[in-house]
Amino acid sequence: MNIIEISRLTYVYAAAKENTPALNGINLNIGEGEFVAIVGANGSGKSTLARHLNALLLPTEGTCKVMGLDTARPENLWDIRRQVGLVFQNPDNQLVAAIVEDEVAFGPENLGLPPAEIRLRVDKALQAVGLTEQLHFAPHLLSGGQKQRLAIAGALAMEPKCLVLDEATAMLDPQGREEVMQVARDLREQGLTLICITHFMEEAALADRVVVMHQGKIVAQGTPKEILAATDLAKWGLEPPLATEIADRLRRRGLNLPRGICREDELVATLCP
Amino acid sequence: MLNDIALGRYFPGNSLLHRLDPRIKIVLLFLFLAIIFLWVNSLVYLALGSMTAALIFTAKIPLRMVATSLKPLWWIILFTFLLHFFGTEGEGIFQLGSLTATWEGLKQGGLITFRLALLIILSALLTFTTDPLALTDAIESLLSPLKRFGVPAHELAMMMTIALRFIPTIIEETDRIIKAQESRGADFTTGNILTRVKNFVPILVPLFIAAFRRADDLATAMEARCYRGGEGRTRLRRLQLGRLDYTACGVSALIVGGIFLLTQWGII
Ligand SMILES: Nc1ncnc2c1ncn2[C@@H]1O[C@H](COP(=O)(O)OP(=O)(O)OP(=O)(O)O)[C@@H](O)[C@H]1O
Ligand SMILES: [Mg+2]
Repeated sequence: MNIIEISRLTYVYAAAKENTPALNGINLNIGEGEFVAIVGANGSGKSTLARHLNALLLPTEGTCKVMGLDTARPENLWDIRRQVGLVFQNPDNQLVAAIVEDEVAFGPENLGLPPAEIRLRVDKALQAVGLTEQLHFAPHLLSGGQKQRLAIAGALAMEPKCLVLDEATAMLDPQGREEVMQVARDLREQGLTLICITHFMEEAALADRVVVMHQGKIVAQGTPKEILAATDLAKWGLEPPLATEIADRLRRRGLNLPRGICREDELVATLCP
Repeated sequence: MLNDIALGRYFPGNSLLHRLDPRIKIVLLFLFLAIIFLWVNSLVYLALGSMTAALIFTAKIPLRMVATSLKPLWWIILFTFLLHFFGTEGEGIFQLGSLTATWEGLKQGGLITFRLALLIILSALLTFTTDPLALTDAIESLLSPLKRFGVPAHELAMMMTIALRFIPTIIEETDRIIKAQESRGADFTTGNILTRVKNFVPILVPLFIAAFRRADDLATAMEARCYRGGEGRTRLRRLQLGRLDYTACGVSALIVGGIFLLTQWGII
């Protein structure tokens, strides 16, 4: 079953110059349990698309359906928002509460759940992202990676079907990035649908499917092998993952490597079998 | 430095005062403030003073902090004392120019000073022994009956929570901007007032821009998590009155009743 069904979606910001659409005729379906990476240069419309997925923005034209519910219908709004968790880029600007457990409780509190149920969800969500020990910390005392994991926990406490990370790792150091991606992968293992918007091709390489956006359109999609290791990413303003780049150079030096290497572990496995 | 002001006022602990429901604490505080205002009487003040001292002692608040809480109002206290010392008719102690200090003035001034100090310290005890978050919850809960008269109880509490959350972040950011500007040769410590104020503009501008961006981002993030105001919202932690709270109310009622009767009968 498809969690997300987008058809002919066009979106024009009210403030946009000359009415250039930020999204232009997007068609995209995402199945339950899928891990999709969305890549694209700055301004290609990735965040605009992400905001359509939980009805923060509504299509100018076309439709966006979440679990079969049309985002344009006001009565679906809260059901959609509880099904799709959204985590943003800046760790400092998306945490509401002054201590960790209240932060996670914020979503369930908004849903009007009974306190005992909220307690259960908070503990479960904090456990899932490995922040149980920091229950009573103030968010500003956490590291960047911990803050983003906390933001993920906040989304998880709503028990969503789908988690959208909009460049959630962009402002983190390599270690923080690794922490967040590890959590994302664990959640994915547990069956959560994961949509990961990223500038890091190494992260995109972990997905089942990579979607490339360029100037408000989807210009390519396929497995990481097909997209990252085979196509000419430069024409969309993107660089291949490091492993692909190294494999390419080695190949040019005459080493006989197979095509389609896009993850570090694949490269290592090929070089040292 | 700024951090101390914002967050250094709460002393975690497990004393009676700490365990008291924050709503009860607020209500009783107002009750005692009212008593201090209504009865200008040295015996009443002595009784309430001993009670305050006992509370400070059991809550293990460092005396230094109690003194610090008086500091901002130090001048007002001194001024009030001098006003009474020199302004009251009575038996003179000494002469200062055309002003006469009197014994009656000393007594009156002492009483008023003590009363002011008591008011301030009792109020400070509330923030010393109450987690700011619990205080926020308590304010929301106490104000919520006024909602039907248009008092935005939930919104006020939400604003306080967000302020508590963002004060440290904004302080960190201010620090960062100051360092960034200093590393480019900006100088915030010398020059006359005008130059110094002017030098602060490059700090305030980025700070304000960042604050507005933050507000925008935060609003989006809250909306994405189904926030729709206080209507139908539940809370993780619920304030609940216990034995201790009823006991505290009872004891306070006895104290107030006692004072009332004693003054009625003219004993004190
Ligand atoms: N609030 C807005 N008003 C008007 N135009 C906007 C607004 N937000 C974004 N845009 C424009 O819409 C287009 C797509 O922006 P979007 O933020 O979706 O890109 P993005 O792919 O997320 O980029 P980035 O990688 O920088 O995050 C850009 O051209 C941008 O200038
Ligand atoms: Mg973006």
